[in-house]
Amino acid sequence: MTPTDIPAPSIAYGPLWPMIAVFLAAAIGVLVEAFVPARRRRPVHLVVALAGLTGGLVAVALVARNHHHPTLIAERAVAVDGPTLFIQGTLLLLGIAAVLLLGERSLDSTGGTFVAAAAVVPGSRGERQLTASSTMQTEVFPLAMFALGGMLLFPASNNLLLMFVALEILSLPLYLLAGLARRRRLLSQEAAVKYFLLGAFSSAFFLYGIAMLYGYAGSVDLGAIFTATGTVGSNDTLLYLGIALLSVGLLFKIGAAPFQNWTPDVYQGSPTPVTALMASGTKVAAFGALLRVFYVAFGPVRWDWRPLMWGVAILTMGVGAVLAITQTDVKRMLAYSSIAHAGFILTGVVALNRSGLSGSLFYLLAYGFSTLGAFAIVTLVRDADGEATHLSQWRGLGRRSPALAGIFALFLLAFAGIPLTSGFTSKFAVFSAAISSGATGLVVVGLIASAVAAFFYVRVIVLMFFEAPAPDGPTIAVPSVLTYGAIALAFAVTVVLGVIPGPLFTLADKAALFVR
Amino acid sequence: MTPAYYLFLSAILFTIGVLGFLLRRNAIVVFMCVELMLNSVNLSLVTFARMNGTLDGQIMAFFVMVVAAAEVVVGLAIIVSIFRTRRSASVDDANLLKY
Repeated sequence: MTPTDIPAPSIAYGPLWPMIAVFLAAAIGVLVEAFVPARRRRPVHLVVALAGLTGGLVAVALVARNHHHPTLIAERAVAVDGPTLFIQGTLLLLGIAAVLLLGERSLDSTGGTFVAAAAVVPGSRGERQLTASSTMQTEVFPLAMFALGGMLLFPASNNLLLMFVALEILSLPLYLLAGLARRRRLLSQEAAVKYFLLGAFSSAFFLYGIAMLYGYAGSVDLGAIFTATGTVGSNDTLLYLGIALLSVGLLFKIGAAPFQNWTPDVYQGSPTPVTALMASGTKVAAFGALLRVFYVAFGPVRWDWRPLMWGVAILTMGVGAVLAITQTDVKRMLAYSSIAHAGFILTGVVALNRSGLSGSLFYLLAYGFSTLGAFAIVTLVRDADGEATHLSQWRGLGRRSPALAGIFALFLLAFAGIPLTSGFTSKFAVFSAAISSGATGLVVVGLIASAVAAFFYVRVIVLMFFEAPAPDGPTIAVPSVLTYGAIALAFAVTVVLGVIPGPLFTLADKAALFVR
Repeated sequence: MTPAYYLFLSAILFTIGVLGFLLRRNAIVVFMCVELMLNSVNLSLVTFARMNGTLDGQIMAFFVMVVAAAEVVVGLAIIVSIFRTRRSASVDDANLLKY
């Protein structure tokens, strides 16, 4: 057979540009690393990364304007539809804010939150010299861009194999980024090892699920799996095994119980800007993929998997809300809060109707920005040893810096779901969708979990505003315009979505239709 | 020889990988168990390709191999860096982050 006998696949490159722009910026970042002198790398990286993300955002807007009909491109492997574009737009905006945080280096007296040289052993003399110098491992920018590219591809894939590849593209750079903190190197390295081993373990389950579904349907195309579930005579054992194993991989990435154990450790140990990227971006992308798989492929067998997802949602909300109460570290508390929120979003997934989908999309955008803003604030509260993350150190912060504590309180109120913040509207959206699909019991549990969660958010607010500050308390670092920009973006989204949620609701509702 | 036997073999290998991941203590061995899981999936994919009469599964096995190779690069970098810090690759020693 000559090579000409193999027909080349036809690929419409236009709708792929959001991803191409980001991957291109990542590849240029690798070249920058090779050719630009060390002291000028950081600003160049920052410009390249922001240009790539802005280009991606423009591309998303153009695709949304020109492609009114949802399509499957690249041999049905990539879906260009409302949820894809909505999630990609969200991810690109979150990515811009996260890259701003990564680029910040005026917080630490020596420069940035990232290690000077990751390969140098912590505690050695060489390490002390490097820490005192102002060098930094600038590879974080291309790594973050590759991770963001994977996140864009993950919810867009209509093919399980592509979804697996995208999952790895988004995960592998994050494993490395988790280990690059400048201070507390041991914690950071430990977070990287834990994240890597557990992440690889869960993606092996994901892959075995793909193999089972391939055996069941004879194809890894989500549409083909949907068609196969409608026929009788297929081997249902393979289908159920496939759904279960695939769910393990996806639920691990969103941090749902019982696969949530890595979340607090990794969130606490990683450099805080990376935590912000993981907590917002990874969660949005993984929920996008979860929604696509369950809405597109497994819709017809909903009666078989819905009870299980009910259980997972209840367990996740319970574990997240209850364990968050006992935390004494701000980053760990935010990690448990992110677990609880994964449970709240799962109620929208379980609803399995159009309002559930649009509610989940809205929730993802609102939650992504509040959590990114909260972690951005955490980077600013510092003592001599880096970030002061113990809750007792936050005592009386409101007296020392009312503006900062006020903004953090707003993010906490948004997490708690207080009216006039984005958290209230998004919770309302997913819960009302769940009720309309008959999942009232789930909503009752969700409301109880919200009440429990509200308790510890309010406790932190009381701690910040109504208690006397400790004499040797932390100082508030004065950041550059980068962190201010990220916080301002997160703050604006949180307030605007709380006060006038209408336009975005309409947009999410218009977007809420998967192509099959 | 029925192809189903290969599926059973693959399931056994996958289970050995899972158990090894959960029971072994050395990070390198734990990581090798993950690789065993990935390769057992390859066996499943190739067997299903044979049973379904399509080539997709064989091509997917190549994708899995490439991803596994990339994972080795990242994983060994992380494990070596933690080994140089602590002089041990035991996953039990990494216990600073808890509760």
